[in-house]
Amino acid sequence: MMISGAEIVIRCLQEEKVDCVFGYPGGSVLHIYDALFKQDQVKHILVRHEQAAVHAADAYSRSSQRVGVALVTSGPGVTNTVTGIATAYMDSIPMVVLTGQVPSFYIGQDAFQECDTVGITRPCVKHNFLVKDVKDLAVTIKKAFHIASTGRPGPVVVDIPKDITAQMCEFDYPKTIQMRSYNPVVKGHLGQIKKAVQILQEAKRPVIYTGGGVILSDAAEQLTKLAHKLNFPVTNTLMGLGGYPATDKQFIGMLGMHGTFEANNAMHFADVILAIGARFDDRVIGNPEHFGEEKRRVIHIDIDPSSISKRVKVDVPIVGNVPDVLEEIIKLMDGGFKTDPEVANWWKQIDEWRGRDSLRYKQSEHIMPQFVMEKLYEVTGGNAFITSDVGQHQMFAAQYYKFDKPRRWINSGGLGTMGVGLPYGMGVLMANPDAQVACVTGEGSIQMCIQELSTCKQYGFPIKIINLNNGMLGMVRQWQEMFYSKRYSQSYVTSLPDFVKLAEAYGHVGMKIEKPEDVEPALRKAFTEHKDDLVFMDFIIDPGANVFPMVAAGKGLTEMILAEDL
Amino acid sequence: MLRHIISILIENESGALSRVAGLFSARGYNIESLTVAPTEDPSLSRMTILTSGSDEVLEQITKQLNKLVDVVKVVDLSEAAHVERELMLIKVRATGKDREEMKRMADIFRGRIIDVTESTYVIELTGASSKL
Repeated sequence: MMISGAEIVIRCLQEEKVDCVFGYPGGSVLHIYDALFKQDQVKHILVRHEQAAVHAADAYSRSSQRVGVALVTSGPGVTNTVTGIATAYMDSIPMVVLTGQVPSFYIGQDAFQECDTVGITRPCVKHNFLVKDVKDLAVTIKKAFHIASTGRPGPVVVDIPKDITAQMCEFDYPKTIQMRSYNPVVKGHLGQIKKAVQILQEAKRPVIYTGGGVILSDAAEQLTKLAHKLNFPVTNTLMGLGGYPATDKQFIGMLGMHGTFEANNAMHFADVILAIGARFDDRVIGNPEHFGEEKRRVIHIDIDPSSISKRVKVDVPIVGNVPDVLEEIIKLMDGGFKTDPEVANWWKQIDEWRGRDSLRYKQSEHIMPQFVMEKLYEVTGGNAFITSDVGQHQMFAAQYYKFDKPRRWINSGGLGTMGVGLPYGMGVLMANPDAQVACVTGEGSIQMCIQELSTCKQYGFPIKIINLNNGMLGMVRQWQEMFYSKRYSQSYVTSLPDFVKLAEAYGHVGMKIEKPEDVEPALRKAFTEHKDDLVFMDFIIDPGANVFPMVAAGKGLTEMILAEDL
Repeated sequence: MLRHIISILIENESGALSRVAGLFSARGYNIESLTVAPTEDPSLSRMTILTSGSDEVLEQITKQLNKLVDVVKVVDLSEAAHVERELMLIKVRATGKDREEMKRMADIFRGRIIDVTESTYVIELTGASSKL
């Protein structure tokens, strides 16, 4: 039976078991929206700005093991998605973005709402396609899902001209797909794995350093098993939080620019680093020359060969799917594996570093943001999905909310996109309808996608917005205070809205919390009495609170500034 | 900074060149010269890129190229024994007494005159780049 290109698009989504798309209609996608209207298998979430559609689809992926989908129109619809696509690309999030395009016979003529979608998105996608023939439509969408979700995952854009969605064609969705140019490696090299096991036996000062790759490949279980067998300390990157239970005694905290004293020292002075699904980026190892001063051996497991030896020379590269490689290592260890007795002394050293209690902070008459995070953790029992924006509040959440499970910490690590928090909450709730979701944000970030309060009302998303309001762009102010002699250039936010009234204007519940003793009762009220409401909680926090420890840009991992030094 | 010749087999799709060129510019790699043409199988193109960089940079270039979804195969030709030739087609003004001199020069360097007008020659030369 012949069906239209628009119907083919919807049928493809159904075949991929997509239960919802986040989108915004417009001229070039009207046929597709018409086909969407005629069925009820694929739900559509109408956002208020295309950027939010892509962020929500991104969080849908991050918080589940499925691929999020966004649908937008040509021209401005597409350009509005670019920030969201780049955000997903930097964190290797699988996602499919379907974009409308002007009719194929208008392409290149500066038609109304035309832009070079494939050209604009090329540097921030894993791959993109322009569909030129309706006969290629189904197979292209199949390829898009395949590419997005395999190997090192990433966003894929499919640009579909309007005339293609009107043309008629037989629908035939391929079950599997073979591409001669795309065959990601999955199985790790056994010889390399054996070498790694040997080095792990010889390690005297080992550390297991894991990143977002553990979360993306669903390897948390294998990682925990391996770490327990080895009894080595474990540190996570910002993207890796939840990959290893934060309440476990072997967990030494997050590392990097705002990592703990023990994690950064352990990473720097380790003689063997077992790096898993992490990429030694600048926020993690600080100055690479300083990091290179210590002699050590590095084992690196990653699905992407280009992540290996990119910033730090690796001795044993293992390219493969993380959980499979970890299983192999565990299997090999069953044959009489023994760790070096020196490791006990290393643990003594680590415990000494731990004794510095680098996350300690002083209470003040104002609400301390760290305190809000601790209370949030208590009130939610550590079970919430925490989405965050970007800035000081993001670091406080990462440091003080202990993530025991993967896919619960949803934030923009690589690109550092302010404004993601609220749409991320929407995506999490579509993938996990009964979840507790808190969006940790600041008065700067929240205003970058504030219009989504309207979407949240329409679909009843009961997100708890934790607005850590210090009236300043906190992280910018912190750098200006420390490195620009307190010249606070443009980091004050004046003329802030009354967030309580704003929330109420959108039909939500608003609360303003100004005293430390009111923090816990307010949170409890929000999560019980207002369980099914979106609650905007405006916490007026200590304007001087800074994030510590801190490794200043260009400094080495051990050159941390601690709160106690000031 | 060593000189490398990288040969890429890539799907012959529109935009393939921009993916490769874009990767080089986005990551700050050099392109000294580049040629592209379809192969005997018209669904594939062959790109030959002359680049330079340290061993670490070259390792990254190869890995990043392999990561492009459309790339089928990447070979660093400089890693093995290989032959390099360049072809030059040059149009020169050839009038008066220079005309005879030009002809003699072309002969000495084994150039071939492949087109002649009243006032010009087109000379074809092949050889190593240093000779050209």
